Amino acid sequence: MVVRIEQVTNEITAWLSGELDHHTARVMREQIDAAVGSSSANVLRLDFSGVGFMDSSGIGLVMGRYRLMQSRGGRLLVVGVSERLLRVMRLAGLERLPVWEEKTHKDTKKEAYKK
Amino acid sequence: MKKAMNEMKLTFPSRSANEGFARSAVASFLSQLDPAVDELADLRTAVSEAVTNCIVHAYRDTIGTITIQMRLFADGRVVIKIRDRGCGIADVEQAMEPLFTTGGDDRSGLGFSVMESFTDRLRVSSKAGRGTVVTMEKYIAVKERQATLA
Repeated sequence: MVVRIEQVTNEITAWLSGELDHHTARVMREQIDAAVGSSSANVLRLDFSGVGFMDSSGIGLVMGRYRLMQSRGGRLLVVGVSERLLRVMRLAGLERLPVWEEKTHKDTKKEAYKK
Repeated sequence: MKKAMNEMKLTFPSRSANEGFARSAVASFLSQLDPAVDELADLRTAVSEAVTNCIVHAYRDTIGTITIQMRLFADGRVVIKIRDRGCGIADVEQAMEPLFTTGGDDRSGLGFSVMESFTDRLRVSSKAGRGTVVTMEKYIAVKERQATLA
């Protein structure tokens, strides 16, 4: 699992890739939290389009970052989630969190996943 | 009960780097049944949760042995047993409740929920101080190609 982090003005985007499990989530979480902590960014975007596998560790990652951004008065955005990953996220009711950017789940990614 | 047409047993230490290895090994063995992409992904996810539980909970402050036993049956049934000799679960019912966790802030408490959702049957048997056995069953839709295995 690799995470690439980029900041543009007050927005931080973290591109996650590979397999997201308890082992890889720890490193990602540390890198993301360090980037957020050392900046004054008020938007954190997690881009899952490069993630091929995710277990419930991904839920913890999203929920933890949601709380982190809330505590800073900022906002978490989640993008690029495949139908497969969404199945796991739904078990936690994450689809009801106000974090979804447009064109994230269902239509666009469903097609991408089928290929 | 019918005899398994193939089986494997895998033993490895409870290091988190082995979570990915366990998923891959199970997926690789399962490929004999020619599973659909979703069936394969379901079992990979369920196994990942069970192995993570061993690492995070059973062997919380130590490294112990995790054993995976996997049996394949001709009717497409797959039985996976994941065993540890760790601390055990005092209250299995409570541990299986969605969102219950002793794993800290970034653990969702949904490991057993995922195993339950992504398999057809889940059984957890545990003794405090002795360890835990998680047994998962899933039916893989049988295809014609599978006949060549029998």
